[in-house]
Order: sequence, then C-alpha cells, then structure tokens
Amino acid sequence: MSHSGFRSLLPQQDMVYFAILAALIFVVFPLSMDIFRLNLVGKYLTYAFVALGLVLCWGYGGILSLGQGVFFGLGGYCMAMFLKLEASDPEATKIQSTPGIPDFMDWNQLTELPWFWEPFHSLGFSLLAVIIVPSIFAYIIGVAMFKRRVGGVYFAIITQAFAAILTILIIGQQGYTGGVNGITDLRTLKGWDIRSDEAKYILYFVNGLLLFACLFIAQYVRKSKLGRLLVAMREREDRVRFSGYDVANFKIFVFCLGAAFAAIGGAMFTLQVGFMSPSFVGIVPSIEMVIFCAVGGRMSLMGAVYGTLLVNWAKTTFSESFPELWLFAMGGLFIAVVLAFPNGLAGLYQTWVAPRLSQWLRNIRALRPPLTTAQSRS
Amino acid sequence: MLTPSRSRSTHSPLRRRLLQGMLALPLSIMMLGQSAFAAPATAAVNTTGLAVTDTTVKVGILHSVTGTMAISETGSVQAEKLAIDQINAMGGVLGRKIEFIQEDGASDWPTFAEKSKKLLVNDKVAAVFGCWTSASRKAVLPVFEQYNGMLYYPTFYEGLEQSPNVIYTGQEATQQILAGIDWVVKEKGAKSFYLLGSDYIWPRTSNKIARKHIEKLGLKVVGEEYYPLGHTQFNSVINKIKLKKPDVIYAIVVGGSNVAFYKQLKAAGIDMTKEKPVVLTISVTEDEILGIGGENMVGAYASMKYFQSLDNPNNKAFVEAFKAKWGKDIVIGDVTQAAYLGPWLWKAAVEKAGSFDIDKVRAASPGIELTTAPEGYVRIHENHHLWSKTRIGHAQMDGQYKVVYETADLMEPDPFPKGYQ
Amino acid sequence: MFADYSMAELMSIFAMQGFAGLTLFSVFVLMALGLAIIFGQMGVINMAHGEFMILGAYVTYLTSNIFAEYAQNLFSIYFFVAMILAFVATFLLGALVEWGMIRFLYKRPLDTLLATWGLSLILQQIYRSVFGAREVGVTLPDWLMGSVALTDSIEIPINGLFVMGLTVLISIAVFIMMFRSRWGGQVRAVVQNRTMAGAVGINTEKVDRITFALGCGIAGVAGSAFTMIGSTGPTSGQLYIVDTFLVVVFGGASSLLGTIASAFTISQAQSSMEFFLSGSMAKVLTLLVVVGILMLRPQGLFALKIRR
Repeated sequence: MSHSGFRSLLPQQDMVYFAILAALIFVVFPLSMDIFRLNLVGKYLTYAFVALGLVLCWGYGGILSLGQGVFFGLGGYCMAMFLKLEASDPEATKIQSTPGIPDFMDWNQLTELPWFWEPFHSLGFSLLAVIIVPSIFAYIIGVAMFKRRVGGVYFAIITQAFAAILTILIIGQQGYTGGVNGITDLRTLKGWDIRSDEAKYILYFVNGLLLFACLFIAQYVRKSKLGRLLVAMREREDRVRFSGYDVANFKIFVFCLGAAFAAIGGAMFTLQVGFMSPSFVGIVPSIEMVIFCAVGGRMSLMGAVYGTLLVNWAKTTFSESFPELWLFAMGGLFIAVVLAFPNGLAGLYQTWVAPRLSQWLRNIRALRPPLTTAQSRS
Repeated sequence: MLTPSRSRSTHSPLRRRLLQGMLALPLSIMMLGQSAFAAPATAAVNTTGLAVTDTTVKVGILHSVTGTMAISETGSVQAEKLAIDQINAMGGVLGRKIEFIQEDGASDWPTFAEKSKKLLVNDKVAAVFGCWTSASRKAVLPVFEQYNGMLYYPTFYEGLEQSPNVIYTGQEATQQILAGIDWVVKEKGAKSFYLLGSDYIWPRTSNKIARKHIEKLGLKVVGEEYYPLGHTQFNSVINKIKLKKPDVIYAIVVGGSNVAFYKQLKAAGIDMTKEKPVVLTISVTEDEILGIGGENMVGAYASMKYFQSLDNPNNKAFVEAFKAKWGKDIVIGDVTQAAYLGPWLWKAAVEKAGSFDIDKVRAASPGIELTTAPEGYVRIHENHHLWSKTRIGHAQMDGQYKVVYETADLMEPDPFPKGYQ
Repeated sequence: MFADYSMAELMSIFAMQGFAGLTLFSVFVLMALGLAIIFGQMGVINMAHGEFMILGAYVTYLTSNIFAEYAQNLFSIYFFVAMILAFVATFLLGALVEWGMIRFLYKRPLDTLLATWGLSLILQQIYRSVFGAREVGVTLPDWLMGSVALTDSIEIPINGLFVMGLTVLISIAVFIMMFRSRWGGQVRAVVQNRTMAGAVGINTEKVDRITFALGCGIAGVAGSAFTMIGSTGPTSGQLYIVDTFLVVVFGGASSLLGTIASAFTISQAQSSMEFFLSGSMAKVLTLLVVVGILMLRPQGLFALKIRR
C-alpha cells in the first residue's frame, strides 16, 4: 500500500486512537496486571472480535444479527475439536473402553471417531475451518435472507432462532459434541502446554495482534467504497439498489466478515479459557455481544473494543462485590445506553471529550511557535 | 524487708534447684497443654503459602447466586455456611477460625473457572466448597488440577470422573440407581420400565446404567426419551407412556421441566398413589417438590441418600440448626445435606493430616469417617467418593419424603462401573 | 415406525396426540397474541414479553396464597380472580414501561430490543429478590385437576381443556377489539400511517400506550394460565421468548389470523414429530422447518400487502 493510501486508510486522528488502544493492550495491561487478570482481559478481548463484526454489520450495514454466538461458537468448537483430539491420544485415554477418542464419546458408547472429526487431527485444517465453516454458514444464511430482501427485525429474529437451534443440537448430540458440558480439559497445542502462565502471556499477545489485524480490516472496509455504500444502504436501501448496486451481495459480504471475526474470537477464547461449551452459542450470550457493541457505540470500531472491556469489567466487578445487584446494574446500563446515549461511549466521547480535547490541543499549539509545528509535520 | 522468696533464696543451692524444678513442672505441663489444645505454629501447618494465619484460615464458597442455577445452588450455600459456623463455634480447625470468601458463578461455566482461579491464585484458599452442575465442575477441574486446589463437590452426578483434587460428597450414579431399581423390582414386582430424562449428560449416563442393570435382571425397557432442558410440554411422552403401560416410569427430569412434567402427568390421569405405574425418580429432592407442589408429587418414589425426614439424632439436630439459621419454612434436599458434609470432611482430613497443605489433606482423606453426618455414617473411599447408604423415599402430600427402605450396607462408590459402560 | 402398534392403538395415538397438539396450540396462541399485538401492530420487539408472563404467574401465585389463607371456601374460583388481577397488574406495568421507555423508541425498532432486554434483566432480579430464587408452585383447585376419560386409552386433561377454552375466549375478545371496536380502528390507522392518523384527530400517544399495555396484559393472563402446566421462577420467562417470536414471525407479523394459523401449524408439527422422534430432535426439526420456510417465504404465512 502506498504512503498516501495508508494515510487515507488511517488518518492522523484515527492513528492516534489506534496507538492509544495498542499502548493500552500491549503495554499498560500487561505491565499493570498479574497473569490472572490479564488472562481475563484476554478473554474479554475475544468478545471484542464479535463486537467489531457487529459494528460493521449493524452500525454500518443496519443488519442486526442476534446469532453472532453461533459463529463465535463454531469457531471455538473447531479449535476445541483439534485440541481435544490432541488431548485424547491413546496413551492418555487408555482407561477408556475405546482409547484414542475423546472421553465424552467413550461415555456415549461411540467406538470410533465420527467422520467429521477426522480432519481435525490436522492443525492446518482446523485453523482453516475456524474461518471457513462459520463463513460458509453465514453465507448460506445471508444468501437465503438478503437475496429475498429480508432485513431488520425479521433477520434479527431468524438469527436468534439459529442460535436456539444450534444450542439444542449441540446439547442433544452429546456423543458428537460433548453436550452441555462442552469440550473440556484441553491441554496442549502441538505439544505446547496452553495452561502455563507463559503460554497465557503469549496467547494474550497473539490475541491482541489478531484483534488489531481485524481492526485494520474493519477500518479498511469502513474507509473503502463498501463502507460508504453500507451506510447508504442502511439509510435508503432502495436508492442504492436503483443506482445499480446489488445490495444483497454487499450485505452478504459484510455479514460473512462479521461471522469470520466472531469465529476468530471464538477460537482464541477456546485457547485462552481452555474449553468451549454451548453456553456461548445460545441466545443470551448472542444478545450480550450486541450489548457490548451498543455500549461502545455502534458506529465506532474503537468503541466496540472499549465497550466490551467496560461491560465485562463491570460484570466481573459487580458480581464480585454485589452479586445480587449486578443484573440491576446491567439492565439499567442497557436501558440507559439505548435511551440516553444511543451512540454509546464513542458518542459520549465525541460530544463531551473530543471538543474539549481539541480546544486544549489548539491552545497548546497556539503557545508554540508555528515553525516547530511545520517541522514536525514534515 | 524480706520477701518470702528472698528468704527462700537464702537456702542451699540444691534446694533452690529442686524448688525451681518444682516450679517449672506445672509451667511445663501448662506449656504442653497449650501445644496440645491451641493452635500449632502456622509455619508448621501451612508450608505452601495458603491463606492461613495464626487465628484464621480462608476457604472459598463457589456457587451460582444469580442466573438459572441459583434456584438449585442456594441450599448448598446455606448448608456450607451453617457447617462453617458450627465448626467455628467448636473452635475452628487446628485452632483457626474459618473465614469464607464467597464467589458467584452466575450460572456461567467460564465464570466458574475464572472465580475458582481467583480463589486459588489470589485468595489462596485452603479448600473450596462449590459447584453444582457437571458442566461447572468440568470447567473448574483443570484449574484445580493446575493450581492444586481442593474442591468439595456436593451434587449427585454421573460418575466417570475421579480427580485427585475433588472430594465428591454426593453419590455417583451407580450408588443412587442400582439400589433403587433392585428395590422397585423386589417390592413392587416391576417388569417393564420407561426411562425419561432431560437431555444432557447426567440423565443420559444414569439411564444408560439403569438400562444395563434392568437388562441384566432380565427385565424390559419399553421406552427411553429425552427433552431439552427447560422443556415444558410433556403431553406426547405421557401419551406414549399410557400406550406402553410400563410398570415403572423412571424419571430424571431436572429444573423447571419437573414442574411441568409432574403437573401434566397428574392432569393426564396417571395417579401415582395407585399400585401401577410406579414413578421412581433420582432427580427430585424436597427442594424441587417446593416448586412442583406436594399434591402433584404425592405417591412418587425417589432413590437417593438423604431425606429431610430421616429419623436419627444427627439429622434432627441438623434440621433444627438449619431451620434456626435460615428460616423455619426451609426444606433440605439431598444435595444440601451433601454440601453440609463438605466442611466437616475437610476439617477431619486437616486434623488427621495435622496440616492445611493440600497434598497432606489429600493423602489423609481416604478413610476419613464422619459419624455425625445427618445421613448417618459416611466414609471417604480411595476414589474420593463417599461410602453411603441409599434410601427410598415415598413422596407425601406435605412435600416431604417418608423413608420406606434403606440399604443394609454402605454402597461402594464406583465412578467407572465395569459392565455398565 | 408404526409396526409396534395395533390399529386401535394407532387411532388413540392420533387422537391423543391431536389433543396434545391442540393444548400446545393454545399455549402458543396465548403466548403469541400479546406479542403479535405489540410486535406485529406496533413494531416493538419486546424481549421482556416472557417476564410479563411471569409477572402474571406470580400474581396468580400470590392470589392463591391469599385465598388459601383468608378465603378457603372460595378457593375453587380463585383462578378467575387471579387472572383478572394478573391482567390488571401486567397492563399497568405495560403502560408504565411504554410511558417511561418505549415511546422514545418507536423510530428505532432494533433499539427497543436492547432496552426491553435490559428491562427483562431488571424484572428477573426483582422477582428473585421478592419471591426468592426457587421456583414456586401454584396450588390448583380440585376441579382443574384430573382428566376426562373418553375411552380406555383416550383421556383428556381438564386443565388442557381449560387453557383451550381460555384461548378461544381471549382470541375472540382480541378480534372484536381489533376489528369491531373504534379503538381497534384507531390502532390499525396508527399502524398504517401514524402522521395521517394524528392528522385526523387520533391521539396516537394514547393509542400506543393502550395497545402496548393490552399486549402486556394478555401476556399476564397467559402467564397466569401457564401456572397450571409449567413452572414459575425468576428466569422461566426466557424459555418462551424464541418460540413466541417465531410463531409471530412465521404467521406474518402484522396479521393476527396468521399468528393463529402459524401457532396451529407449528404445534401440530411438533407434537406429531415428538411422538416418533425424541423430544430434543423434534424441537430442532420443527425450528429448522420453520426457519427454512421463513427463508423461502420471508413475509410469513399471511402477509398484509402494504408498501414498505
């Protein structure tokens, strides 16, 4: 990418925001927290992937999916299947009646690995599947819905139904999926113990880097023509269609992208937390993820990350100090975000902080001789 | 002026030494007494940096206070707090008062994992009493194994697990199931069974064991059915039951579904107070009857290890203390009693080991007996489960069970039952 | 599949399953009618619908306790009193919620979803603080228990009949109100064109408030009826929400007739599948078929021809 191209992708102001977030994630958090808290932050950040996808789908495209947990879960399960197979080598599982298959299969009288588990012996395939499987799934849903011009509320409810279906299916087919307990007791990745403190540090940074990669992709989409078309579609879909654009394809694309983001988050979740269960697939987690996005500000990529961190931090803190009260606090937060601050944290920042900040910056610049500013620019 | 002691000091050196010796004797006896009855040095009983001071020891309580599981887990929290209070009133453990740190698992499995890690790593608790569902236990298990903690898990569960870091104070599946089926076959002449459950691992594994056992006895399973958790429409399965006319409906329905199931069963004209069909459940404790309503449950049988109505002095005292602390209308179910055992078993193991160190407590645990348990006598098996009796309760109108049968011997816990897998 | 059963047995299977399906149908209609009004007519996604139902159930529970305590001789009719009280309570709460929250959000339907989700969390915690985390059971009067035996193998539960009768009554009442009353005309006018309706002198704010409150009130009656067959706990409401929304959407959101037709289709499909498959799989299949049909026919079974 040329220098000017990079500039247009990341104008100076955005660059500052990216840098602040990077400093926070890569320097401030690791230095100020012990590994326990840092691992928690890492877990929260995996939800930020989902929120990021939702900013694109919902904030820009106006497509509200209440089934992002499906993609988060599919990504997480793909990763968990690989890790589980590695954890159930014949040596470690020799007390089972069929050694070499995951323990929950043995409890459910399966005597051989189901065919769709076989490819997950390969790390390469599993990593590909993390992205591909949810994307294909999103593509199918997207084609079926958007080509028929289903949108808005209907889309939200149908995606919600998918979340319900997948949860019941996973719980019901416990011989193949681990059921309600999920896939647990994941130990190593290619022989590398993911439970050690050192591994957790590394995974945290990998997670942060991936999040930034997704942030850049999202920023690229936002700044590209696609981003502007999405906004146009959200506002007046007919007019975009009459201008000769195939509206459905853009929606499908951005929905698949959101799904892929969510799936990466899910895979990183599995790696950092050490298990995956259907409780991240269902309706409640899916709606919570929308809330993260709403609190951060549905139009702001940075906001999605901050919103996720804030809500989860509040959830952990509240439930530690006032377990009985945290539902009140959460409920109140949602209502407040919708009624009083529809643009979330980002909106608050734009109206209250940003003007003062720029005023302050201007004051500082006014004090300096103009030559220095020019020099620093060049 | 001469003080008496001074006047004594003027006596011969030998006499002085003797006198000193005589004075020192009671003192040394006093010292001995102190070391026997008061707290031993913290450094000696805690070599691994647990949260133990000269006067206190910290433990964790980890249950869901919020979310869907709060309904079930409240009783366990109450029981554990009661046990801790009583132990403290008796002088604590190794002379140290127990302080508990309570964390909310919020019915969410990663939260359980997260909080258990907090308890072990940040708070350095000496033991954790907690978890209810299998899913939450599976989620915290790697944490306890990694950071070497000790979990006392109260729920009856499916077995297939034996962790060095968990003491299972509830019954595993075979303990609960086999005696119940034997009883219904012998006493009620049952020949055919209909197995029914909520769709997850515990009911499925339990029904698998039940089916093997029924088939071993040469009897018939005429149907087996599972419904999603929270399902509230059981008319179809009730119709099937009516057609198949089984002698026994073996029900392992959990949570809110229970209410719907028993109400609809009664509404459909299946009268459990009649001779046939017998409804035998392993999932409905007195706690659940509170929601189902005694009038909808009357006549059903349950097989588990504890009922509130159990007639022995231990239980009378326990029920009285429980009601005094938590209200007179409260009911106590099997899991609540098992949760109550946790702190007592831990206390006994710590005292046997003479140390709070997890490894020493673990080594001391097998063979620990509790003669004061409300359910009667229990003992920890090498496999970390409890030897316990299984009882059959007959549901009464008032929501209590009347104990109609009790196994003669303690049932051996067998989490990996040969021939039942 | 059929081989295990004799002909006579098959007949009674179909009879009883048909009846089970009808009970399920009534349950679905009761759940969905309130939502069909709120969502279908007003476009508000009320995620707290389940919590409104549970409020109705708790009111029934309280009423039954009060009757058991103070008016034992009237216990056999308490259920009717309870249903009226449940309606009043949820109606008032609905009006309050509309006034405090929903009316600011008519232009942003997706946001009503988030706000009402927040509301549902708050209501859940209130129930938990007031009534305790444990589920409560409602004692039914004797005449509502038991069943009517038609033949040896066909028995009809009385509470099922009661729920069905109630459903029919409420459906008729809603239809009369929507299509025969002046108020119904106003609601429909506001739904079709808010500005024009306002211009011809309809007090749209008032119509909105009453419509929303009425939807909630019906949810309350539904919740009251469900104490006969299900459980009442702080989080029971969440169990119903997906089914309810699917019924409404499948029927074609703006058509009340569609809601009833879709409730009938879904309930019959589910209860017949339940007989031959396990309960979990029947549920999955039903949901999949519904979603599949919705993908082919997104406007639902009955769609009003209106320009969007």
